Amino acid sequence: MTTGSDLSRVAAIIGVDESDEMGHVPHKSSMQHHAEAADNALRDAGLTLDDVDALFCAGVGTVSVAEYLGIVPKYTDTTSIGGSSFLAHVEHAMAAINAGLIDVALITHGEAGRSTRGRVGRDPTAAGSQYEAPYGMIGAPVAYAMACSRYMHMYGPERVRQGMADVSIATRKWALQNPKSFVNHPSWIGPADVGYEDYHDSRWIAWPFHIMDCCLVTDGGGACVVVSADVARNAKKKPAWILGSAEGHDHQIISQMPDLTRTIAHETGPRSMQMAGVTHDDIDLTMIYDSFTYTVLTTLESLGYCGPGEAPDFVANLRTGPGGDFPMNTSGGGLSYAHTGMYGMFLLIEATRQLRGESGDRQVEDCNLSLVHGTGGELSSTATLVLSNS
Amino acid sequence: MTNQPPARMPLPLPTPTQENDFYWEKCKEHELWLRSCNACNEPYFYPRDMCPECHSRDTTWVQASGRGEVHAYAVVERPPTPAFAGEVPFVTALIKLEEGPILPTRIVGVEPVPDAVSIGMAGQIEFDDASETISLPVFRPN
Repeated sequence: MTTGSDLSRVAAIIGVDESDEMGHVPHKSSMQHHAEAADNALRDAGLTLDDVDALFCAGVGTVSVAEYLGIVPKYTDTTSIGGSSFLAHVEHAMAAINAGLIDVALITHGEAGRSTRGRVGRDPTAAGSQYEAPYGMIGAPVAYAMACSRYMHMYGPERVRQGMADVSIATRKWALQNPKSFVNHPSWIGPADVGYEDYHDSRWIAWPFHIMDCCLVTDGGGACVVVSADVARNAKKKPAWILGSAEGHDHQIISQMPDLTRTIAHETGPRSMQMAGVTHDDIDLTMIYDSFTYTVLTTLESLGYCGPGEAPDFVANLRTGPGGDFPMNTSGGGLSYAHTGMYGMFLLIEATRQLRGESGDRQVEDCNLSLVHGTGGELSSTATLVLSNS
Repeated sequence: MTNQPPARMPLPLPTPTQENDFYWEKCKEHELWLRSCNACNEPYFYPRDMCPECHSRDTTWVQASGRGEVHAYAVVERPPTPAFAGEVPFVTALIKLEEGPILPTRIVGVEPVPDAVSIGMAGQIEFDDASETISLPVFRPN
């Protein structure tokens, strides 16, 4: 490892947690998930809402969440770039801390994604409404499926299909080791442990995606507490220091994506790792937003873990699962643990737990450095963090 | 144009704006027009007042040939919204137009199965008269 930038270790994550109930929670609102998660994460940090001087939310505005929580932030940010938003919030919090504006930032997420399926209205004049929605290009599965078809065409449908199966199954195996996973929830009706046959036999959502290529839709929330180095040094638990961060986006709707087989991770990954002064080989745990199996394949390549078209081989033989030599998405991911709609918060929670050695049965040995990568929208936005426990 | 119009798709239909009114007017006449930049001479999609490539506001409209090829596609089995419940399965696609831009659309005239379509497949834009005011460009493989 080389030396990171001056911004490295300016701030750290010292508190993370989910909301009280995850999975199928029809009796609770999104705001309840925000509040429970905020309270739980602050307790994890050894702080209270009275200590919070900055609030970050996506989707729902900070004005609403702060009112509900009964706090008066002096720094407020509702950057909403999809599921990667919360990782971008970490970077923004770090910048505000570095500027001396704040000491304790609270990032909250709550989404009754499962119980409020049917969603918010769309702006009828927006580009997506005008040019994509009339054809049924609505929602993530169709958009990501089209991108995946291009990738399959370029790199061979059979080997890509095998790579997708490997990601799906390896991630499920991690989820079985996480008591908070939806696949361990009483209301889970599908098979728990799965093999290649289950994958290939699972029903189609939008070819080339089987249902086992698609993330869950669950209820839940999460929160994360980012603090200045001074506060972090006195934290009750081992801080997850922010060594590197980067964010970006290069389109919104799928038909505007410059290259369907490469995300803007090809910029945010190298920038974040350069800031941290680390290389791929230094990383002990990789957390990658897995909205779909394909998202993982294209992201591994975009981040530079392997070359274009090589991801199916990179993940072969369940290498990313328990016992494999490339631990990835150890929570069980969006595919099998939780996916409320904007999943990025849950990447931060698991990475922090792993860096503290709190991940129980699924704990990665000697986990000291984690790359955490979010993707939002229709492969539109990405944010990459490098976190260290020292 | 064909004698057999593609199957009817229900709402949501587009809402023309001052910026793209010309586009939808021409679609109504079963012509595909692209916004094009006078500064960098490249046509682009979707129509907007500023060129997304060089950011010039000196733009015009050009008629497209309607010829293109399949760049990416999906066979949608689960309706994305209830409005599409009666439509599945259907094939959405991104079409690379002869002039360069990518057009999001739907493929007509094929069985809605993965093997009936292939990337690189050539074809032609035609129009689906979806309502009295809106005709949607759709893609029919040759």
